[in-house]
Amino acid sequence: MDFNDTKEEAEFRAEARAFLGKHLEPKGDKPLRQRVDGTEFMKLAKQWQKTKSEGGYAQITWPKEIGGRGGTPMQQVIWNQEEGKFDAPTGPFTIGLGMCIPTVIAFGSDEHKKRYVGKAMKGEEIWCQLFSEPSAGSDVAGLKTRAVKDGDEWVINGQKVWTSGAHYSDYGILLTRTDSSVPKHKGLTMFIVDMKQAGVEVRPIHQASGGREFNEVYFTDVRIPDSDRLGDVGQGWKVAIVTLMNERLAVGGSPGPDWAEIMAYAKEAGTMSDQAFREKLADWYVAAQGYKLTKFRTQTALSRGQTPGPENSIGKIITANHLQDICNSAIEMQDHYGILTDSDRMPADAIFQQSFMWAPGLRIAGGTDEILKNIIAERVLGLPQDVRVDKDVAFDQMKSG
Amino acid sequence: MNFDFSEDQKFLGNEARKFLEAECPMTAVRLVLNDDDMSQNETVWNKVVEMGWLGTAIPEEHGGLGLGLLEVCVLAEEMGRVLAPVPWASTVYFFTEALKIAGSDAQQADILPRIVSGDVVGCYAASEGPGNPDAGNLKTVFDGTTLSGAKLPVTDGDVATHAVVLAKEGSGASLVLVDLTGAGVTRKTLQTLDPTRSHAEITFDKAPATRLGKAGDGEMLNDQVLDHAAVLLAFEQLGGASRALEMATAYAKERYAFGRPIGGNQAIKHKLAEMYVKNEVARSNCFYGAWAVSTGAAELPEAAAAARIAACEAFWFASKENIQTHGGMGFTWEVDCHLFYRRAKLLAVQAGAPKVWKEKLVRTLENKNAA
Repeated sequence: MDFNDTKEEAEFRAEARAFLGKHLEPKGDKPLRQRVDGTEFMKLAKQWQKTKSEGGYAQITWPKEIGGRGGTPMQQVIWNQEEGKFDAPTGPFTIGLGMCIPTVIAFGSDEHKKRYVGKAMKGEEIWCQLFSEPSAGSDVAGLKTRAVKDGDEWVINGQKVWTSGAHYSDYGILLTRTDSSVPKHKGLTMFIVDMKQAGVEVRPIHQASGGREFNEVYFTDVRIPDSDRLGDVGQGWKVAIVTLMNERLAVGGSPGPDWAEIMAYAKEAGTMSDQAFREKLADWYVAAQGYKLTKFRTQTALSRGQTPGPENSIGKIITANHLQDICNSAIEMQDHYGILTDSDRMPADAIFQQSFMWAPGLRIAGGTDEILKNIIAERVLGLPQDVRVDKDVAFDQMKSG
Repeated sequence: MNFDFSEDQKFLGNEARKFLEAECPMTAVRLVLNDDDMSQNETVWNKVVEMGWLGTAIPEEHGGLGLGLLEVCVLAEEMGRVLAPVPWASTVYFFTEALKIAGSDAQQADILPRIVSGDVVGCYAASEGPGNPDAGNLKTVFDGTTLSGAKLPVTDGDVATHAVVLAKEGSGASLVLVDLTGAGVTRKTLQTLDPTRSHAEITFDKAPATRLGKAGDGEMLNDQVLDHAAVLLAFEQLGGASRALEMATAYAKERYAFGRPIGGNQAIKHKLAEMYVKNEVARSNCFYGAWAVSTGAAELPEAAAAARIAACEAFWFASKENIQTHGGMGFTWEVDCHLFYRRAKLLAVQAGAPKVWKEKLVRTLENKNAA
């Protein structure tokens, strides 16, 4: 048992580090995102994606035939670890390359692959994922956006929500309802949609946290050629499963202040002598270690060329609640003063206050706590599915509200 | 990254599971539970001795297998799964480790081979009553050659042949080794929440004893022994917690209420998912503890504390919610749920309660930070 790289892994790490060191600066005090404006960040992100792609580091596990490196999942993990130590402008391409393009590769035509994969990998085009709707969140198969066939085209009307990056995306993968007379999962169809065309309107959502990182997308008589369909008519759910299976790999990362940050603050504030606080601090340390070390177990399986066990499914359940709890305690530690959000005045640049407002979203995005627990219960423990009263009911006969 | 047991170690675990499922079924545990005069299941213990497991981490020169503590971790998890009603934990995690950490060459050469052969059964006696023992409150006194005072409760104290005792010596504390079959030792069996592991009050009246390590090093050595024992106990807790989750899951699938399995209800599903999360957090922290204790890493104090805290929480949660999932059946003497609930509590207090370890952990983090 050790935490060391194998010889091959160490070589790859050194190679990756050399490449990164040539093109980027090591991480500083303030992340790049806070130092430059949105437009500049996007420019830098596109440049970096191009450089990465030219260096053969853009999609490490993809086969060489489609421009990948033909590498191992462990090499991808090593790359991510090393890239994370540098001031790399990443983010805008995560959903496209992590979820959308794999779906295009799995279900698209040869022309699609030729047209889209290379440009996405080089950072020339950005993709978004259009699944969730106002009345279809956890139950995404209950979506209502309609696609109606008209000659060789489909006409799209409806609304999507919580679409990350829709405002800067060039293309999206769009899940629609093409048949309401069959049960919900059976009447769906997936398309590639050009986000810059007329009839597509992107409006930022004003989040509870105050920010505007997500969007609503409205489709009004938008036309999509039948040749841009992914998978068969009525098979959209099967296609969506492939997209969502890639989601877990695409979403992740440390969400905010952890035990070390609140401990540093507690020392300053004189709270280290509070026994109740000390016990909580121990619990936070144990949970944070539990999350980190579980990732090490997953990496070990990858390093040994094995399929990781289901243990990596515990991640977001732990981290989102953990973050919320730490922020809550940090604010209460400041008593009345803790209500202030002024980053010039507040300890740690008011990161606890900021993350306090971000944490509720983290418990919902990419699968709510409740859905994730259902997934563990059903797929890991093999417990029965919930009662599905809508399973055999035609979509247009279903109760909704 | 190589943060898992080796194939050989996993093989050992699988073999141990098969062996223990055959040799230590719940009926073997219940024999001890239901008979007040039975302090352990000697049939099971003799089989464990025959397997040579007691010498897993004892060097070959002393008759052991010369493997390491990683192998003991693997076996500990399996012992935890079956709630083994034998003095395994006391002998292996506490007594043997204490001798290995603090014993002289002569003491090791005298005792270790006899542990392997089953002639010596060990226990570890620190507690003297409510609260965590330290040099300031110890009443048991070692005068250089004899020991006087009383220890309670001592897990497996009435079946052990020898004890390592934390005692006051001068103004400090020392660890001492006592032959419990010798003069000046009286033992009284105690009733506890977990009758499947025996407990005793041991009174020493000028009992001949020899010191382990230097005079006054008792607290430091005790901390080291407890760090080792905490990791090994954590694996035993992990085994119990895993088994409790399996029991609850199996029952939730087969028990019907309102026309379908109760495991189809989210209240049950989410409870069991939470159990799974806690068990995995414990497993990952246990692995880290295993790495630290087997390599002698400087991170051992925080790794052992984290493993223990996570394992205490996991076994407590799994054992109490296993009863809850079983409903009324779970509260009967005949259904095994309460055995896990009892064992979970014993293992959570045996080497110091979670609050003690949380305090140790935070103090370690503070010291690291200050350094």
